[in-house]
Amino acid sequence: MNKVIRFIPLILFVVLGVVLYRGLSLNPTELPSALVGKTFPAFALYTVEDAKDLKTNADLKEGIKLVNVWGTWCPSCRAEHEFLLEIADTERFTIYGLNYDDERVLAQKWLANLGNPYQFSMFDEAGKLSIDLGVYAAPETFVIDHNNVIRKRFAGPLDANIWRNEFEDLINQILAEQKAGK
Amino acid sequence: MNTKFIAIITSALLFVLISLSSSHVQASPVDTYEFKDEVTKIRFNALTKELRCPKCQNQNLADSNSPIAADLRREVYDLLNEGKADIEIVNFMVARYGEFVLYRPRVSSLTYILWFGPALLVLIGIVVVVMVIRKKPKIQAEETLSAEQQSKLDNLLKEK
Repeated sequence: MNKVIRFIPLILFVVLGVVLYRGLSLNPTELPSALVGKTFPAFALYTVEDAKDLKTNADLKEGIKLVNVWGTWCPSCRAEHEFLLEIADTERFTIYGLNYDDERVLAQKWLANLGNPYQFSMFDEAGKLSIDLGVYAAPETFVIDHNNVIRKRFAGPLDANIWRNEFEDLINQILAEQKAGK
Repeated sequence: MNTKFIAIITSALLFVLISLSSSHVQASPVDTYEFKDEVTKIRFNALTKELRCPKCQNQNLADSNSPIAADLRREVYDLLNEGKADIEIVNFMVARYGEFVLYRPRVSSLTYILWFGPALLVLIGIVVVVMVIRKKPKIQAEETLSAEQQSKLDNLLKEK
């Protein structure tokens, strides 16, 4: 019994060491989304392209939707823009933009100059929809399934590698669910 | 000569005072919200202190200058004006940003270790201390001499 007690400090040290060492490699900005598994919130926003064009949930196409939060003030959005253009040309899903905390003229210029991967971009100046989605930084990308349920939230710029590791399987899985009629 | 000296000192003090007060004004963001009554104002201040800014993680909503914090302060203000209760506003934020926005985490199975861990450690410490203290008399009892040893010792001392 006494021998076991002698080892307790060593065991505690090793356990604490392992816990703290793992803590070092955690990314504190990576937060679990409170919204995964919930229905996409209701919205009514004008588009970046047209200040009189009011869009609501009814304007989103059927099937899988990607909602990408962006702003011209956000350098990482610029970094992922080319990749969005690359994946935009597909039948598997449609991409919508959510322009957050931006100026319409700047946003229009951005799309005109760099190309527009979005079906349309909602102009969320006051951040209403962005707050409903729990957005705290751009870029963020949400995957919404055919039943309008949010399936994934990814914070940070997209690239081919991240797409392959984080999105590809999920998209295929949702497509399979859709086929099965779930 | 003497008055000149006093004048220099006062102006120096004034300069320090002014620079101190102006730096204090710059320290936190300024919103111009008008509250319908004093209670709402107090509730607003309390809520923005309790809620964490999701972007700048070590600041609360009241302290942060980031655009998202400003948006969320306005959201809190709007919700207060809509007549929402504090708990409803907190639930609104948690539903969107997760438990993480609460600077004071709720008691749940995930946070038991946070809430009760320190008390548990104190308890363990007390148990250890009590065990150590209780052991001492036992050791002393072992160290007392038997009657035979005692007489031997007495003899040795007498011989001296």
